[in-house]
Amino acid sequence: MFDLISFIPRAVVQSVPLLLGCTGETISEKSGSLNLGIPGVMYVGAISGVIASFFYEQSCGGQVNPALAIIFPLLACLFGSLLMGLLFCFLTVTLRVNQNVVGLAMTTFGIGFGNFFGGSLIKLTDSEVPSIALSATSHCFSKALPFADDLGWFGKIFLSYGFLTYVAIAIALVTAYILKKTRTGLHIRAIGENPATADAAGINITKYKYLSVCIGCMIAGLGGLYYVMDYASGVWSNDAFGDRGWLAIALVIFTLWRPNIAIFGSLLFAGLYILYLFVPTGGNMAVKELYKMLPYVVTIIVLVVTGMRNKRENQPPEALGLPYFREDR
Amino acid sequence: MEKGLPAVSMRNITKTFGSDVIANDSVDLDIYRGEILSLLGENGSGKTTLMNMLSGIYFPDSGQISIDGKEVTIASPKEAYELGIGMIHQHFKLVDVFTAVENVVLGLEEKGKLDLDSAAKRINEICDTYGFDVDPKQKIYDMSVSQKQTVEIVKVLYRGADILILDEPTAVLTPQETDKLFAVLRNMKEDGKAIVIITHKLHEVEAISDRVAVLRKGKFIGDLVTKETNAQEMTNMMIGHAVELNIDRPEPIDPRPRIRVDGLTVRTQDDILKLDDVSFTACSGEILGIAGISGCGQKELLEAIAGLQPIESGSISYVQDDGSYESLIGKDPLEIAAMGVSLSFVPEDRLGMGLVANMDLTDNMMLRSFRRGRSVFTDRKTPKNLAEKVVDELDVITPGVSTPVRKLSGGNVQKVLVGREISSAPTVLLSAYVVRGLDINSSYTIYDLINQQKKNGVAVIYAGEDLDVLLELCDRILVLCDGKVSGIVDGRLAEKHQIGRMMTSLGGDELG
Repeated sequence: MFDLISFIPRAVVQSVPLLLGCTGETISEKSGSLNLGIPGVMYVGAISGVIASFFYEQSCGGQVNPALAIIFPLLACLFGSLLMGLLFCFLTVTLRVNQNVVGLAMTTFGIGFGNFFGGSLIKLTDSEVPSIALSATSHCFSKALPFADDLGWFGKIFLSYGFLTYVAIAIALVTAYILKKTRTGLHIRAIGENPATADAAGINITKYKYLSVCIGCMIAGLGGLYYVMDYASGVWSNDAFGDRGWLAIALVIFTLWRPNIAIFGSLLFAGLYILYLFVPTGGNMAVKELYKMLPYVVTIIVLVVTGMRNKRENQPPEALGLPYFREDR
Repeated sequence: MEKGLPAVSMRNITKTFGSDVIANDSVDLDIYRGEILSLLGENGSGKTTLMNMLSGIYFPDSGQISIDGKEVTIASPKEAYELGIGMIHQHFKLVDVFTAVENVVLGLEEKGKLDLDSAAKRINEICDTYGFDVDPKQKIYDMSVSQKQTVEIVKVLYRGADILILDEPTAVLTPQETDKLFAVLRNMKEDGKAIVIITHKLHEVEAISDRVAVLRKGKFIGDLVTKETNAQEMTNMMIGHAVELNIDRPEPIDPRPRIRVDGLTVRTQDDILKLDDVSFTACSGEILGIAGISGCGQKELLEAIAGLQPIESGSISYVQDDGSYESLIGKDPLEIAAMGVSLSFVPEDRLGMGLVANMDLTDNMMLRSFRRGRSVFTDRKTPKNLAEKVVDELDVITPGVSTPVRKLSGGNVQKVLVGREISSAPTVLLSAYVVRGLDINSSYTIYDLINQQKKNGVAVIYAGEDLDVLLELCDRILVLCDGKVSGIVDGRLAEKHQIGRMMTSLGGDELG
């Protein structure tokens, strides 16, 4: 029997990193920057948080102050992701290097960066297993509302998550609103569609591109932090984050660049991602692997369908991936 | 005429691109309120560059700009707007997936919440004042070219601009739309706005402007009061020497049917009917003009003949000299080209079809000939000679044949394209918009080339935007309206407004 009440919470926790990554990438892409560095950014965000929380836990010997235990990793994570965003902008906006090349390089770099410092911390702890456990910090991150347990299935499905889950949904909703309804959003979208037009309209392209990419990176970085601190219960082990960053980028296309849809899209992706755990496969590895392909298959189907419908609003931002230089002839 | 203080005064403006291209060479220009100034010049004479400096797109290397007598620096489009300068670019600066109102408020840093409804109301007020017709909620990609242009003008007015610059505004309009635009411009002039219109159509200069300023090769040549000058004098100033302004139209010699199109129907992938039951015959030694508003099927028609466009029904056949038919349907473009049907199409961006922007002249010549090579290695010598010949004969201005085509100015790019197509000695020459955006001198060079082909017995099909030219150049004119044949008229007898009406309504009768 398919256990929906235990499946949904699992899908939700799985979906949060995807949602944050997707929201961040959407902001970036809406301004015309195809940031393929997002998987790397999420690694950097995660490891930055891990480093901060590791030294905080070490310094206070396990007796953590909940507020500080959240603030230090959070700030470190945002700072690390911001640096990655600035790097991407400096290379692609200021120096006008090809975005794909920079993005892929940043992903490779970010994963290496995460694994290197992760490995270093593991060395420092002299532990037997190749991972670090930050259970005290994780406890603060994943703390749910105290009365969630008393509310039966309702509490389990809606209230049993750490605060970052709700933050992620809030960020997605706010982002969708800003992009659609505000002047700032209008300007960002104009830059992504047609930078020459935006420029002629007096919009500061460089400013908005830096802003969008950096904020996008910081949001995506939070996804990495959530993964370690909440989903993985504070356990960092190298390469554990896996391909979720790429899944987040696929999700951007799947949701047609709309963060509000991404809330459901990420849940669907996450559900498909873990479906193999809930469907009796009888230990048949091949079937399991087929189930794991589902999110990607769905993305391809969506691409085909939107490609055929060919509605202008559902197409990628027109200037996505192109550098802009005003005096270019 | 008492002029008072100029609204804009540009002094000693110089702008160079790279080290070797001087776009403007110490230009002096005054613009007055309540006056329409035509800025006239050949392609590459620096008209657009000069105005781009006024609107903040480019920054001058040296020189001084004053607005109402006050010295200013215009470092960005935003600063230009703040000074009341608005430019309507030749390639519209509009975001396609936005609505008209979103495009209009774009870039405005007003206080408070983004209120599209009140912005739409203000747009309607502006429209009422000057006689425009815009639906603020319509998406740009749903609009016709003329509507897009109107949005551009409204955008500039919405920002309170009182110095308007229009870069070749009529290039894409029908005669009727042009008349409407000119009426609006006159309204704005009455309103005390300063208007600059960049153009190289002399009859428009005469129709709309009060004063003409002429640029040649980046230098300011002089200005004239429109009423006191004539087309010949302006052309001479523009070119620097006297030019014959009549297009030659020799009688067709021994015309025989060459291409027969019967009941041609073409549908795009989005299931839009582009051509509906089109039938005609093109003869050798004759120029068949194709007129129609942009997007009404000229492109599809030529592409269908060249084998680039899949067709739904109908037939296209190539008629041999002995009268035998050969169907072109089902043949691939290479086979059709091998039969002597050559297509030179100049798209709106000039480079999209036919030439590869980043390749040099020689390489672009090779695109036509490389398949003829027999060995593994390409023969670069023949195309190089051809490139040199084209440069030489058509006066292409380029540092050399190994310069990437992208670095050439628009007119020169077109000369390269047409030169290459003609060099392959076709029997049918399909040309679309070959003089798009070209100045008078280059245009006439191309008309001569086309006439030369006609004399050689080539069947020329010429799709063009400028009705005056179609009327002077073509033997017969096929008018398309919404993909249907609105009529075929004799180029020697037809009248411009009659064709204009046929372009907008089938047969041209309804509007009388």
